[in-house]
Amino acid sequence: MSTADVTRVPVVEGYFVERPDGTGALVGGKCEACGSYFFPKRFSFCRNPGCGEPGLIDVDLSTRGTLWSFTDNRFAPPPPYPASEPFEPYGVAAVTLEAEQMVVLGQLARGTDVSTLKAGQAMELCVEDLYEADGTVYTVWKWRTA
Amino acid sequence: MSEVVVLGTGMHPWGKWGRNFVEYGVVAARAALADAGLGWADVGFLAAGNTMRNGYPGYVSGSTFAQALGWRGTRVSSSFAACASGAIAIDSARAQIQAGRCDVALVVGADTAPKGFFGPLPGVRPEDPDWIRFHVLGATNPTYFALYARRRMEAYGATTDDFAAVKIKNSRHGVHNPNARYRKAFDAAEIAESPVVADPLRLVDICATSDGAAALVLASAEYAARRADRDRHVKIAAISTVTPQYPNTYLDMPDIGTDSAAGAALPERSFRDSIAHAAFEEAGVGPADLSLAEVYDLSTALELDWYENIGLCAEGEAEALLRSGATALGGRVPVNASGGLASFGEAIPAQAIAQVVELTTQLRGEAGDRQVEGARVGLSINQGLFGHGSCVITTR
Repeated sequence: MSTADVTRVPVVEGYFVERPDGTGALVGGKCEACGSYFFPKRFSFCRNPGCGEPGLIDVDLSTRGTLWSFTDNRFAPPPPYPASEPFEPYGVAAVTLEAEQMVVLGQLARGTDVSTLKAGQAMELCVEDLYEADGTVYTVWKWRTA
Repeated sequence: MSEVVVLGTGMHPWGKWGRNFVEYGVVAARAALADAGLGWADVGFLAAGNTMRNGYPGYVSGSTFAQALGWRGTRVSSSFAACASGAIAIDSARAQIQAGRCDVALVVGADTAPKGFFGPLPGVRPEDPDWIRFHVLGATNPTYFALYARRRMEAYGATTDDFAAVKIKNSRHGVHNPNARYRKAFDAAEIAESPVVADPLRLVDICATSDGAAALVLASAEYAARRADRDRHVKIAAISTVTPQYPNTYLDMPDIGTDSAAGAALPERSFRDSIAHAAFEEAGVGPADLSLAEVYDLSTALELDWYENIGLCAEGEAEALLRSGATALGGRVPVNASGGLASFGEAIPAQAIAQVVELTTQLRGEAGDRQVEGARVGLSINQGLFGHGSCVITTR
């Protein structure tokens, strides 16, 4: 999908960036006062009750982590999931980011065989197409085995 | 503070009846009042649990049921806390009694549920985490249940046979419950034929979405002491509606990222552990005192998590406890003697109330073929998405 006349748009604004080389990073909020991270950022302030700083800075989160758990979805979810016709099953992974000390969900990269995965293995972030509509490709972050 | 007792219980059977949720709620409310030997005119406060998928009447459930039972000027509350809505309603009713603002309160929860996966509210709403998880990730409720189930397999060596054993146990219990939607005992072969929805969970591992209603009549101990049926009264010893402690690093619906522990120390207990802990503290009892427990088996595997969260066994030992037979009827501490969500399916605002109906029925010794012998202390627990704890302890 690298043809120049196709517009690529993140499926949701402000959650991740895609770089020209196809890699990407999740964008979270970081509190410079206490060191807490937030993904998604959602609000402008720190939600650590022992801190409460009014501001967060935008930071790229770690692009590598370890697999906490994983599953797949074999039946089409309800809207607003943009399910393909015919429905294409997809995996979902929960990945622990070491520096951020948090777990972040993502779909598994297309073609990942869920039956080969093990908790604790290394994973890395990538960006893939989620769906296409009216000449626009909507992209999303995913986890793939590292 | 004044003690609060359960004077009456009522239910509308769970199923897929296709009627307005108010119809079910009124049946349950009237049954609870009749069971208590009281009438609607005796009720000083009505607390109801909201349903999100039945239009405006579902958002104002307190006044919806007050109108349906006949306007009498009764004060009301309408609570929403997803699966924990019923517990918030019970807590709201109890607080009114404890504050001395009424002697008798009625608690009602009822739902008419859509078929299949629950989805978010309609529209394009990227500010809503519930909308985001469906649109961006296709992360349904069973996706989360499956992540928890797989985690048990990876961390503790649980197997799909263990999950099937939960289904077999709860389905055998549910056979004896006239209010259950499914009254069929499953065997391992039938479960193995059920399609995988989200690996490792099969369709029969995941609770259905149901129509149903449950109601309670609560009263102050002083009021109850004047009643003739005192031997049927059951005391509400604790209600825990705690929210998590920061940082909550355990993946929680509908979030796609947990809290970060980079800027604050982990709390003493996980969120689910803390729900039960607060109730035990208030009731002055511990896990060893429990005669029975009703836990929220949204999936078979999740029931095993709850064993550990309520202290029936140490972390990682739930499968062994299940296999010992301790949590089956006839065992040391039967879990989901009602049949659980496996036999009921989920009628969201009614479910936490239905759990307390079961505890009351058991502590009264009126549970028939599913009776837990000598039941004296019962605990019900569940968790509503968006960080809602729900735990009630009842005693004789």
